[in-house]
Amino acid sequence: MFGFDALALARAQFAFTVMFHIVFPALSIGLASYLMVLEGLWLRTGRAVYIYLFRYWLKIFSLAFGMGVVSGLVMSYQFGTNWAVFSDKAGPIIGPLMGYEVLSAFFLEAGFLGIMLFGMNKVGRGLHFLATCIVAFGTLFSAFWILSVNSWMQTPDGFTLAADGRFLPTSWMRIMFNPSFFVRFPHMVLASYLSVAFLVGATGAWHLLHDRQNPAARMMFSMSMWMAAIVAPIQIGMGDLHGLNTLQYQPAKVAAMEGLFDTTRGAPLALFGIPNMQTEHLDYAIEIPHASSLILRHEWNGEVQGLKAWPVADRPNALVVFWSFRVMVGLGFAMLSIGLASLWLRHKRRLYDSRVLHWAVVAMGPSGLIALLAGWVTTEVGRQPYTVFGLLRTADSLSPIAAPGVAASLAAFAVVYFLVFGSGVLFLLKLMAAPPHSGETGPDPQMPARSSGIMPGPVLVAGE
Amino acid sequence: MMTLPWLDLPMVWAGLIAVAVLAYVLLDGFDLGCGILFAIEHHDEDRDVMVNSIAPVWDDNETWLVLGGGGLLAVFPLAYATILPALYPTMIGMLLALVFRGVAFEFRFRATTRGGRQAWDIAFGVGSTVAAFCQGLTLGGLVQGVKVVDRAYAGGWWDWLTGFSILCGIALVVGYALLGATWLIWRTEGELQERCRGYARTLGGTTLGLIGVVSLWTPMLNPAFQARWFGWPGIVLTSPVPVLVALLAWRFWRGLKRREEASPFLCALGWFVLCFVGLGISIFPAIVPPSITIWDAAAPPESQAFLLVGAVVLVPMILAYTGYAYWVFRGKVRPGAHYH
Repeated sequence: MFGFDALALARAQFAFTVMFHIVFPALSIGLASYLMVLEGLWLRTGRAVYIYLFRYWLKIFSLAFGMGVVSGLVMSYQFGTNWAVFSDKAGPIIGPLMGYEVLSAFFLEAGFLGIMLFGMNKVGRGLHFLATCIVAFGTLFSAFWILSVNSWMQTPDGFTLAADGRFLPTSWMRIMFNPSFFVRFPHMVLASYLSVAFLVGATGAWHLLHDRQNPAARMMFSMSMWMAAIVAPIQIGMGDLHGLNTLQYQPAKVAAMEGLFDTTRGAPLALFGIPNMQTEHLDYAIEIPHASSLILRHEWNGEVQGLKAWPVADRPNALVVFWSFRVMVGLGFAMLSIGLASLWLRHKRRLYDSRVLHWAVVAMGPSGLIALLAGWVTTEVGRQPYTVFGLLRTADSLSPIAAPGVAASLAAFAVVYFLVFGSGVLFLLKLMAAPPHSGETGPDPQMPARSSGIMPGPVLVAGE
Repeated sequence: MMTLPWLDLPMVWAGLIAVAVLAYVLLDGFDLGCGILFAIEHHDEDRDVMVNSIAPVWDDNETWLVLGGGGLLAVFPLAYATILPALYPTMIGMLLALVFRGVAFEFRFRATTRGGRQAWDIAFGVGSTVAAFCQGLTLGGLVQGVKVVDRAYAGGWWDWLTGFSILCGIALVVGYALLGATWLIWRTEGELQERCRGYARTLGGTTLGLIGVVSLWTPMLNPAFQARWFGWPGIVLTSPVPVLVALLAWRFWRGLKRREEASPFLCALGWFVLCFVGLGISIFPAIVPPSITIWDAAAPPESQAFLLVGAVVLVPMILAYTGYAYWVFRGKVRPGAHYH
């Protein structure tokens, strides 16, 4: 259909649904920790501005969490509908890990979320703060299992291959804590934190542009600028570690990220270029000599393998990976620049007065989420042509399905997702457009929420 | 990794998955049923009462579906990898309908315009109905048999679409609507409750008729089913099932006539349990009829044991939590009692 085969369509469908989905868990992870900090500061200092901010962001968290749950339901069946052979062969390993994600983290979150959303006046401050901490911990625990699954697919360990091609577990410790887990998990958590820092910062900056004296807007802007100044450099360092890990275990991915076709000593770093997979050449390249070797090998003349070191059939698509990587890194350094600028302006006592900074942060509002998506594109497309790296090819993972069916369901997903999550994002933006004020009330306990779990507000109201 | 040689792990997990699926059907059944009844209940206030009656519990109800899907991948990957491609269109249809319904539930309260609210009401009703119909198609498509060769689905794109699966789809929509109506008899009062008694009479009769047709059709799909239901000694085990269905039917109509509140709902749930048991009698020990048994489909013991530890600890907690939520919410739902 339109020249696409079932494989390309199935990949497009998974990419579409998972990229829509991951935005909401990333927001949940970052916002849950932010809410925990706000409530902790409120309990410690007693300053009302913290609890107003808590209630303001709680409404947004509730909606984002709900959309994550709904889009996640689809993900739990996508492996079977489109990637049946992968599910059969890798199921014994990834299945239990995802099962634990569903069981523990989901139920932990769903249970305590109701108290967090609606229970402030019902259970007392201490217990409420405990619920908030458990929800924040629960989102990280969810991320732990999912990142463990993904890392295992990138750097599989702790298994044997059965005669029929199935992956059989031999060591759950080595499966869960496989070689790339230790860099991927913190990289994703920090990315979620930065995404939320810039959304919060942009919301604060937007309201400062209208009213520089709004204390809640000042507070959220200040906090997010601290996050940008502190977390952006840590994340860049973490990204460097991640790159070195990838170089060790998936050198072809690194070659694609660099747009490097020939194995080179003293490899240059391309700032711009268009990798051409047919001619095996980086067109229109603008390069810094030796920089790639310095970054990757920490040596002036270090050797970096080029894509030609692998057969054509084993190479990831360098055009996609090269550019998604640059989008991520470029945004990372832009976030760092904002962080540094904020430190300078704070030092000059102009943090709340610099309209240039406020507009810049408003413009950068979605930068964290875009960088996060670009990073996932880099690592997932860079893993190709495999689902389980080096062992199971994507083309061999596919369900026995025909292109027209996959195309039709992809179209249905596109229509429904844009309609449903488009409305959801509009509701989110509407909440963020309302200026934060004293006397924020938080989520309306009279309103049911998809995310309120099995212990929602009405339980607590009725339980009085 | 620990192994438990004295435990038949595939049997244990088949039981757990069966419980999860049954829990899903019983629990999400009545709240999908409330959505289906949106087609004949148009008044705003009544719709609010209907939604409010399920608001505290429906999110948890749907969670059993995630547990069923996630569990299947973990412990019976071959079943997951053959059922889902075979029933691809019905599964995707169900998921999209549930997405629609899930957000409509929340958005209908957030809509600021009358038109917006009506649009999300329609999404809620249509989403619930389509989800139920697709679940019936899925069930029918599975029971009638899935062609598997070399650990992969070997049938065509439309194999699931038969008279039998369409009948199952209709039966599930009617059955869920019955669960919804009887649930509302239990949880509401006044005119809405009175109308639901009327619906329950019609839906109860229709459901019984459909159960009869599906039950007579099922043994004809597969000689093995027939032998199990009508052969000796199987008939000792199978004959009580229709007898119990008839007993519940008598109790159901007596309950309606005497204007009892809980018994029609409990009888309707009982029918679903008996149908589920009947289904189990037909297909056991197959998990993907006709050829794949639970032992064929099982993940290695290391995988099944690893997840079982978590399930043994967490499932009882989940059940306790659920029971608590239902207990707190006992009693009648009145207009405007919880939400505005």
